[in-house]
Amino acid sequence: MPDETETTQPLIGAPGGKATSAPLLGRDTEPTIFELSHPGRRAWNFRTTQVPEVPVDELVPAVHRRQTPVELAEVSERDLVAHFTRLSHRQFSVDLGAYPLGSCTMKYNPKMCDTVAGLPGLAGVHPAAPASMTQGWLELMVEIEETLCEVTGMAAATLQPAAGAAGELTGLLLMRAWHEAQGAPRSKVIIPDSAHGTNPASVTLGGYDVVTVPSDDRGCIDMAALRSVLDEDVAGIMLTNPNTLGLFEEDIAEIAAALHQVGGLLYYDGANLNAILGVVRPGDMGFDIVHMNLHKTFATPHGGGGPGAGPVAVSERLVPFLPGPRPVRTGGGEYGWEMPPRSIGRVHTWHGNTLVLARALAYILANGGDGLKEIAQIAVLNANWIRQRLHHTFDVPFDRPCMHEVVLSTKTLKAEHGVRALDVAKRLLEEGFHAPTVYFPLIVEEALMIEPTETESPQTLEALASSLEKIAAEAVATGWLPMAEYPLGTPVRRVDEARAARTLIPTFDARN
Amino acid sequence: MGTYIPHTDDEIEAMLAFLGLSSLEELFAVVPEAVKLQRSLELADGVGEPDVLDRMEALADRNRARTDRMVCFAGGGAYDHETPSVTRALAGRSEFVTSYTPYQPEVAQGVLQAVFEFQTMVARIAGLPVANASLYDGGSAAVEAVNLGVAASGRQTVWVSEGIHLHWRQMLATFAVGTGHVIRTIPLVDGVTAWPEIVDGEAPGVLMVGYPNYLGCLEDLGAVRSICDATGALMVVGADPLAAGLLRSAGSWGADVMVGEGQMFGTSLGFGGPYLGLFACSAAHVRRLPGRLVGETVDVEGRTAYVTTLRAREQDIRREKATSNVCTNQTLMAVTAAIQLGWLGTAGLVEVATRCARATRYARDAVLAVDGVTPWADAPVLREFAVRLPILADTVIERMGDEGFLAGISLEGAVDEGEHGLLIAVTERRTATQIDAYAAALAKAVA
Repeated sequence: MPDETETTQPLIGAPGGKATSAPLLGRDTEPTIFELSHPGRRAWNFRTTQVPEVPVDELVPAVHRRQTPVELAEVSERDLVAHFTRLSHRQFSVDLGAYPLGSCTMKYNPKMCDTVAGLPGLAGVHPAAPASMTQGWLELMVEIEETLCEVTGMAAATLQPAAGAAGELTGLLLMRAWHEAQGAPRSKVIIPDSAHGTNPASVTLGGYDVVTVPSDDRGCIDMAALRSVLDEDVAGIMLTNPNTLGLFEEDIAEIAAALHQVGGLLYYDGANLNAILGVVRPGDMGFDIVHMNLHKTFATPHGGGGPGAGPVAVSERLVPFLPGPRPVRTGGGEYGWEMPPRSIGRVHTWHGNTLVLARALAYILANGGDGLKEIAQIAVLNANWIRQRLHHTFDVPFDRPCMHEVVLSTKTLKAEHGVRALDVAKRLLEEGFHAPTVYFPLIVEEALMIEPTETESPQTLEALASSLEKIAAEAVATGWLPMAEYPLGTPVRRVDEARAARTLIPTFDARN
Repeated sequence: MGTYIPHTDDEIEAMLAFLGLSSLEELFAVVPEAVKLQRSLELADGVGEPDVLDRMEALADRNRARTDRMVCFAGGGAYDHETPSVTRALAGRSEFVTSYTPYQPEVAQGVLQAVFEFQTMVARIAGLPVANASLYDGGSAAVEAVNLGVAASGRQTVWVSEGIHLHWRQMLATFAVGTGHVIRTIPLVDGVTAWPEIVDGEAPGVLMVGYPNYLGCLEDLGAVRSICDATGALMVVGADPLAAGLLRSAGSWGADVMVGEGQMFGTSLGFGGPYLGLFACSAAHVRRLPGRLVGETVDVEGRTAYVTTLRAREQDIRREKATSNVCTNQTLMAVTAAIQLGWLGTAGLVEVATRCARATRYARDAVLAVDGVTPWADAPVLREFAVRLPILADTVIERMGDEGFLAGISLEGAVDEGEHGLLIAVTERRTATQIDAYAAALAKAVA
């Protein structure tokens, strides 16, 4: 019957969203939104405004006017919801399960903070509104600045840096400004070989040369090596304490004294601040500049890779150099903006990732001072429990009490059975856990860096440890080949990363 | 115990026993006593959620300039656009909100594919082949564009139009101290950049211009391209991605890099952050692209898959030789933008840009009819415009605040005599009634 073919054929052949859960069942991948697009379909609608409908020709000079519209997808609201919901089902998250990604502090993010970030009186405020109309925001910012200073033992802080790396660069520019004010900017910054990759990259952007110092056999800075590179051209040192091996730098007072003796400054990379909340403060250890990752320590969600917030706190002598303008008390319960006298300038388009600051303040208010200390205690307890539980199963390069994270290694498993850290990580995905950080820190061969955080229960830790034991036993029994097959049940299996780099497809349009 | 810690006292005791310890304090035996904090943190005791929310509500209540109580005519890169329920609902899904950087692509296809779609949308808006997975905000994107441009051209001198957002220019100055770049501001004349003659031996490595610029004016990008052709400088355009619904793309004018602020695509004003830095470039510069990039590939079964790629550029691998130190970006805002642009679609982007342009035209006519208010410049505008006031802009903004309007942004510091300039933005949310009332209030405020 030709008539029927004519009426149904175009519909079958046309694109458009099909609302089924097939992609979740491993039977299909989810098409891109561009493949779901069907000409003429729409979701948008706008307010009735009574604004006169002047022809576009009269609004845009011809020379500036686009000839064809930007081609975006054309989908219904229902298609849009189905598409992004299906994508969300192909995504692991803290809300779903444990995320023991070392150095990332993937703790549970309280829902209360989502409510805070959505308050119309916070979310609906334009950043250029004058101080007289934004007193609540200024008060909030001053309060979190003072709170963070108490936690870190510092004098004042800038809230502008949008993430840890932005905080690092801000800190290095503060270091430069300080030394310049003393007469010379100096040229070198020391970082340990266990440092995060952002440290050396930030040092370069700060206009400094990187001097790397090795770790000793305890996993801490080699004091002799440090002393051998110290001179009056050293602007400072960047340290993470506990360091990226999860170990506390016990010689910190000695390190600080040595640096200060040559006129250098100490920069504290706050990536691991969660371990020491309420126990020991960077300021009391002798640090001059401290950045914090609010998206780690203070539970603001990481959003699949951001936003973060990276406030930088400083000791008294560096306060005049802070970025500005800064929110300050002006007396009588009022607040305003002030430019520090020798400010390095602005490091954010506006005032920082302010809604992230609001979330962090809410989290701190809920926990209180003693609650923060409990966070550190349980984070360290959980990590040590994992270390103790697994130290016969995996290599532990530095097998002594750790802080909030523990670095294991599959060095022996690799030598004897060909099983690498990567294989264990991929196999763990099959068990329903996110993988630990792998191959970091760089100084540990086949590193598996586990940071359980304080919000995972003893039962979750037991399940995680059991899974890792089971995987190690499998590795011994069956070797690399079967292990390399994993994961099997994830939305996609191992991904061809080499091909992605070799044949770059960064957009849908680059597919062919 | 804190509310978010699951452990009971019995469990803690058992775990400590497993470690051969008898107290939590012993876990910190490695910390030298001399540096340990010998007191409690001087912070208030923890309280329950209702108390926290009461406190945060009280702070929020002290903000008068909130869009539910004050009609917003301020812009400058941060706009009061419509965000539909569907964007809020999808962008608030906890799988997007509470995941980390997609280091394990097998369990991160949701974020990776959403970012891939975002990159495609930004590249199409820019008229350029590649866009990254986002940067912190418009200003940070501008800083990274200058870093790329200097590295690519080999010349440290950067000509930045005065029509680039004042705060972006301030950021360029801040970061130039570390990199040694020489930033030269090129003044505006009647709303558009008056580029200087090129002197032999003093050719710039980068030119940066706004489109539309900070005053809302449409710049002659053909002239910028000509200077770049003559000097070999890179052409960086700070573009308004929503205005691109009507305007030619940066790429069509020959831009090497487009940067922009993407807050307008579904992210709340939020007092300035978190926002969304957009960054797109030509194929020639992809190896210098800052931040993360998602690429399409296949898994071992040949299924389409997404992964972060060209990782060799990034800081965790190249360390001190990296082109940028960016690690955490604004992925959630990028996903939000992909959802919002999915909602707008091809016709919706044109529609919203058109509605903004119409409301701006209507508002400009109404505002310029007020006695004593004159145009700041005669150059054509699209969705934002500047006026000269007979009294200080700060005074007008305060007076208008009392009438229920956030009047705009003072141009003080941004341009010469800016203290009498007011930058006014009119989005598709503004009704004719609101605009009429605004003009009436302005007449009263300047009288």
